Amino acid sequence: MAVTHVQTTLNGDEINFLCEPRQSLLEVLRDVLGMTGTKEGCNDGNCGACTVIMDGRIVDSCLVLGVEAKGADITTIEGMASPEGLHPLQQSFLENAALQCGICTPGFLLASKSLLDQEPDADEGRIRHWLAGNLCRCTGYDKIVRAVLQVSKAK
Amino acid sequence: MATIFIPSMLQSLTGGAKQVECDAGNIRQVIERLEELYPGIKDRLTEDGEIRPNLAIAIDGDVAIMGLLTKVGENSEVHFVPAIGGGL
Amino acid sequence: MTSNQVLSEIEYNVVGKRPVRPDGVDKVTGRARYGADTNQTGTLQAKVLRSPFPHARIKSINTSKAEAFPGVRAVITAKDLPLASLSKAELGNEYAGLKAASDHMLASDKVLFKGHPVAAVAAVNAHVAESALALIEIEYEELESVVDVREAMKDGAPLVHEDLRTNDMGVTADKPSNVATHMSYSTGDVEKGFAEADLVLEREYTTATVHQGYIEPHNSTAFWNSDGQLNIWTSTQGTFTVRASVANVLRLPVSQIKVTPMEIGGGFGGKITAYLDAIAAVLSKKSGVPVRALMTRSEVFEASGPAPASWMRVKIGVKNNGKMTTVETDMAMDAGAYPGSPVMQAIVCAFACYDVENGKVDGYDVVVNKPKTAAYRAPGSPQAAFAVESLIDEICGQLKIDPIEFRLLNAAKEGTRRIEGPVARRIGLVECLEAARNHDHYKTKLEGANSGRGVACGYWPNRGFQSSVVMTVNYDGVVSLIMGSVDIGGTRASIAQQTAETLGIAYEDVKPTIVDTDSIGYTFITGGSRTSFATGWAAIDAAEDVKGQMISRAAKIWDTSEDDIEYVNGGVSHKSDEELKFSFKDLARQLATTGGSITGRSSVDPTGEGNGYAVHIADVTVDPDTGKTDVTRFTAIQDAGKAVHPSYVEGQMQGGAVQGIGWALNEEYFFDDQGKMMNPTFLDYRMPTSLDLPMIDTVIVEVANPGHPYGVRGVGEAAICPPMAAVGNAVAGATGHRMRSLPITPGKILEATWENGKG
Ligand code: FES
Ligand code: FES
Repeated sequence: MAVTHVQTTLNGDEINFLCEPRQSLLEVLRDVLGMTGTKEGCNDGNCGACTVIMDGRIVDSCLVLGVEAKGADITTIEGMASPEGLHPLQQSFLENAALQCGICTPGFLLASKSLLDQEPDADEGRIRHWLAGNLCRCTGYDKIVRAVLQVSKAK
Repeated sequence: MATIFIPSMLQSLTGGAKQVECDAGNIRQVIERLEELYPGIKDRLTEDGEIRPNLAIAIDGDVAIMGLLTKVGENSEVHFVPAIGGGL
Repeated sequence: MTSNQVLSEIEYNVVGKRPVRPDGVDKVTGRARYGADTNQTGTLQAKVLRSPFPHARIKSINTSKAEAFPGVRAVITAKDLPLASLSKAELGNEYAGLKAASDHMLASDKVLFKGHPVAAVAAVNAHVAESALALIEIEYEELESVVDVREAMKDGAPLVHEDLRTNDMGVTADKPSNVATHMSYSTGDVEKGFAEADLVLEREYTTATVHQGYIEPHNSTAFWNSDGQLNIWTSTQGTFTVRASVANVLRLPVSQIKVTPMEIGGGFGGKITAYLDAIAAVLSKKSGVPVRALMTRSEVFEASGPAPASWMRVKIGVKNNGKMTTVETDMAMDAGAYPGSPVMQAIVCAFACYDVENGKVDGYDVVVNKPKTAAYRAPGSPQAAFAVESLIDEICGQLKIDPIEFRLLNAAKEGTRRIEGPVARRIGLVECLEAARNHDHYKTKLEGANSGRGVACGYWPNRGFQSSVVMTVNYDGVVSLIMGSVDIGGTRASIAQQTAETLGIAYEDVKPTIVDTDSIGYTFITGGSRTSFATGWAAIDAAEDVKGQMISRAAKIWDTSEDDIEYVNGGVSHKSDEELKFSFKDLARQLATTGGSITGRSSVDPTGEGNGYAVHIADVTVDPDTGKTDVTRFTAIQDAGKAVHPSYVEGQMQGGAVQGIGWALNEEYFFDDQGKMMNPTFLDYRMPTSLDLPMIDTVIVEVANPGHPYGVRGVGEAAICPPMAAVGNAVAGATGHRMRSLPITPGKILEATWENGKG
């Protein structure tokens, strides 16, 4: 099948890849670029495990086509920590035991980051509302919400 | 003497007896002894020379992990209970 | 407001603390490698062709077009499995078991549920494999199907297996039936007990098929090397279980198979059965390269193992003062397409919270045309608890007795004889009930219209099974902890903590690694709340082994007898010469020159039960116009024996509670009249989201388990038993209507309201 050339910004770096028109961004990240930090839970937009930040908005990468990434600015879990250390949300998830199996964690971290980037003082209600697109089956959400609250300026 | 609790479904074989006292060093001997007293009971408890797969043996509340070779204490209680099946 | 409390009796240095888990950083940075992240060079992708019918005979399969499709490297059907070339006579007693296992993997003559695998393709990528599936031609003869457990029990119901006969404790019936097994246990005199009762209530309950709902779909990558060695990388709760099941179906010696555990994205019992491994293996053998198979979400719903739907009849007799005189139940659960529902556990757990003189329990394991059910947290017990705890609440209402007082009056305690016989050791149900009664939640008056509060208990035995652990002492004093138990929710941490505690060293000085089946002794699954308990125990044992060897090294160095030396405070000292002592690290430095590294090892098979009890309190409000139920406050109380890592214990309690809330209110498989599942996506199979829930308050009660060195009981299971009844009882309080069928949907609530002319 014919492939398309895509140039995009991924975690701050300009990159190029080739993909088939039918491939999702999730597939491109995982299978073409070998970046397996973004997870697949449903492949139909209902679990949020594949959440990435695209041009400042969270998207389910399984619902975005690889070719749509052309010219976009994308952040995945691989781009969340910096050489100085973990992002405060990553640190807070660890300290608050906000993950059990951890498969939902990359998606929750990016969704939470995008919330706090826009609303640094989000409260519990706001956090629960924002994270409703991300499913976690292990934790019952309690410790995830607490971990985000700890980083939020709301308290 | 160990006390063997007869599961209710097998009490028709024991003439209604719910418990049987028996002198035995391990489960194999328990079952042999029961068979002498109540012919036919062995086939209900075992299959191919082992305890039936849907049964487990509890001795004083401990699960018997060595099957028929598990030791039975002098005053032990022996129960034939449902095995934790279905994957666990 | 309270949130998380721990009622501790004994304090330790490391056990009971909340360190960061060793695998934590990898999991928050996306570096941890789960099953689907496996990447062997040259891996092909596999897709499985599944039956569109719940029940049909396979008349013919033609794979030639698929084989000729560009990019396809291998196509397999049941003909490629060993069963096809083995005769019934050759296999003897083994035949029935092998046929079921092999057919479950790839159907040979009949398909028994929608989603049943029939063929599989390996191709250069998943899209090509998928296109090739469409080219496989299968001729089916559709058969009448049955999906409802009670319909399946009726005379004249379509038979899922023509040759299945009911086994009644060793006696096989003479005519075929969908009831695979019946078991019955009783104690005391049930009739007399009912005659003595002042109040006897009898009710029927049903629950729907639900799924564990782990977020990571099933996956397996296999490489069958030309030297005959089969390597499997997969997300599983038990590598040794996968090895055994693949060895069985493929007729291989176990040691020819190596299973490497990848990180696992949730299991809850659903990732014990091996669905894809043998398929990937045979495709790999045919194609000569590694093959990776991944399930889609719909495949997970339709073809992995959900928890059974159930029908239950419960009858309880009580005195006016609330003392129970007799209990009785019949429980039937659907096993799915092959026998083995957890109904026998259900009848054991049904009344395990109570001390009653007379009781009778009957369980029926029933096959239907649905995927074979698998374990789901405390298998069987949640359904049973829904029925029993709902009826008890109704009795409390009629007798006007507080539901916690009622349960305290009847609670099982040390010395209580269970219906199936054994006597309870020290258990913590009474302490949990007292903690519930004393909790701020229970003491706070319920306010607002249309609101209700419900209480319920739950039980799971927590059995041990085998675990192996090896640990080596490095020359810098750091201990490598090697185990076979995969980590689903923080057990690397909890087992490292027990190791550190036993050795008297720092948590940071224990480095846990989870290894493949070639690198450690047999270790049973991570499941049944056994890992912190049994693998923890193996670690404690192996650490004791290390301590003994450290003492003998010191004896060599000091040229004295081992009897003169003791192991205290994370080091060794001479009993009479104060000058002679080594810290763990100092002695570790001398290992190289005193005989080399030290290896401690242990394989255990604990025989006692952990006996986990939980009590939950739920507040709900029900919107009278829409019938929608909102959980407004929820408290989970549980006896952990000893919480090794309280945060992860709380996590288990909260996670179990929320799965239970989903089971209570939303979750259910819908089947059309042909027996096909209508809702195999997360959009239509509605699991709770963060927006649907309040914080889940927890109280960890610690009544030490006399059967474990640190008193650990195991905590993963009991937490899912009480929520359905707790929520149902709260809904009854809010609406005046008893909901005896799960899930308690808005539709059912409105129907009940209208029927009673209240709406
Ligand atoms: S994988 Fe994209 S939302 Fe589930
Ligand atoms: S931690 Fe397992 S799904 Fe969230």
